[in-house]
Amino acid sequence: MTFIAKKLAAGAATVLASSLIIFLALSRAPGDPVALILGPHATNAERAAMSARLGLTDPVLVRYWHWLTDALHGDFGNSLLYRQPVSGLLGPRLMTTLILVGLSALIAVATGVALGIFGGVTPRARPLVSAVTGVGTALPGFVVSSALISIFAVNLAWFPTFGAGHGFFDQLWHLTLPAIALAMSSAAYVAQMTAAAVNDEAGREHVATATGRGLPRSVVLRRHVLRNAAIPVLTVSGLTAASLVAGSVVVESAFGIDGLGSLLVKSVASKDYPVVNAASLVIVIVFVAVMTVLDISQTALDPRLRERA
Amino acid sequence: MNLLDIEHLRVDLRSRERRGAPRTVIHDVSLTIAPGEAVGVVGESGSGKSMTVKAVMRLLPRRATVGGTLEFRGTSIPAMPGRDLARFRSQLVSMIYQDPRAHINPLRTIGDFLIEGVVASGQMNRAEALEAACTLLRDVGVNDPQRRLSQYPHQLSGGLLQRMMIVMALLPSPELVLADEPTTALDVTVQSEVMAILTEQIRERSVGLLFITHDLDLAAAVTDSLAVMHAGTVVERGPSADIYAAPRHPYTAALLASRPSPTSVARPVSIPGRPVSAFEAGEGCAFASRCPYAIGQCRTERPEPRTAGTRTVACHRSDELEAVLAEGVRA
Repeated sequence: MTFIAKKLAAGAATVLASSLIIFLALSRAPGDPVALILGPHATNAERAAMSARLGLTDPVLVRYWHWLTDALHGDFGNSLLYRQPVSGLLGPRLMTTLILVGLSALIAVATGVALGIFGGVTPRARPLVSAVTGVGTALPGFVVSSALISIFAVNLAWFPTFGAGHGFFDQLWHLTLPAIALAMSSAAYVAQMTAAAVNDEAGREHVATATGRGLPRSVVLRRHVLRNAAIPVLTVSGLTAASLVAGSVVVESAFGIDGLGSLLVKSVASKDYPVVNAASLVIVIVFVAVMTVLDISQTALDPRLRERA
Repeated sequence: MNLLDIEHLRVDLRSRERRGAPRTVIHDVSLTIAPGEAVGVVGESGSGKSMTVKAVMRLLPRRATVGGTLEFRGTSIPAMPGRDLARFRSQLVSMIYQDPRAHINPLRTIGDFLIEGVVASGQMNRAEALEAACTLLRDVGVNDPQRRLSQYPHQLSGGLLQRMMIVMALLPSPELVLADEPTTALDVTVQSEVMAILTEQIRERSVGLLFITHDLDLAAAVTDSLAVMHAGTVVERGPSADIYAAPRHPYTAALLASRPSPTSVARPVSIPGRPVSAFEAGEGCAFASRCPYAIGQCRTERPEPRTAGTRTVACHRSDELEAVLAEGVRA
């Protein structure tokens, strides 16, 4: 229990530190929010007034403190571009991106682990699995996106070509192709790592012990090979799932999905710092959450880690 | 009927490369174990001891080809169909490995490890198996067996872990136990303790034992008969006490002379050259290049094992050297 509490505290500390770094980095970034709001023809007096209104005259750490206390109350400020509260902009887009990333992680881990186990336990199938996973890793996300759109959305018309849909099931339907496109290279990576882990574990001496005791092959495989391979596979799956959050940017723009990634890209381009700040932080939070779950489940799987915890 | 009959066992490993020539890892191994008999196999590393055991358990790598006969109670082991093999491995023979740390799954509890075999083979149900395991643990001097059953391998010392291996091996009440250097990975102080437990349990149950070691003294002390291996060949075989007292093969004599003695200050005599692997041995006797008594014939013609009385020796000159070799041991 204390272990889980410690992990959660460490996660919170990571988020806090990241928020400071993001804030400081953005305050040093080129571009001036005042010029963005007032345009090129404003007078110096107007600029100074706007600067004071936005609180830009305060030292950066004071501004960070104001931002942090507001953020803890759920107020991330107002978007400079949309002139609405940032939280209102983020909420629905975050939901869309979470569904996309969740679906994609599910596809990547399920197909990756299945393919990896198949390749790991059947040496004859290994070249085939390597070839498939090699192609999968090598294909860039935007190429896969275009191919999927042209085959399944345009020619077969099974799926919509763009947009995120409304309501949970409509969203699932809209996000299936994007999720597959996003999952492709991760699934291939997970498959490669799983095959390697299964192969490694199958060669361990204690597996020979189990075989030598006359245990059925299926029991040896389940209790001694796959059980032990689960630890590295879990690590790879968790890291991959977390990296999908960052990878969602490309796929969202390819499929015209208004998600967190496309919002982030748009805000960076228009120097809409309050949004960039909040969106970056949300990505950090998702990443840290996945890592914390990963840490805790790893400890649950490996008795050797339990003592140190 | 003998428990185990190995006759002219030969094992070749196909090369990993497509065109590579196969390597011979075992040239000629013959030995028998009677019910309840303890047989030692002694030799340097690389002499094929472990390969012999793996051949008995059918645990050789896939690229191995096996020649000669391997029989358990008259049934050919290589020809066993799947179901018989499972019964053979789970109930008739057990194996104790050198390094318990590597040979026990670190993610499963000791209790799981001990009873897994007998439960999977249907010999006992879980409750019976746990009960039997506790009894056996007490027999081998483990206090608080209940607690041990719920612990993980990394929580136990090497000596304790090897006792768990012994309990695992004895739990199905096998007829034969194969022990592959069971004490080599342990601290010297723990070695004798574990060895005492193993031999006591084996004798009590009159289980056959195949004991693999490079320690000739230890082997002579705990076994009824010995087989001395060199370069994948059994060069000498016979009752342990006889071989220990009067070796007939120059290699056995050299092994005996190379031991440090607790009572004498004389320097142990090492065997010149390095151990020869089976695949390196040429036409003649594999030991010829290291043998002080080698003659021309030794280098050109491989000596066949010849049996005289209780002893079997593979040496062209064993008869004429008998007195010389025995003298060497006494000196």
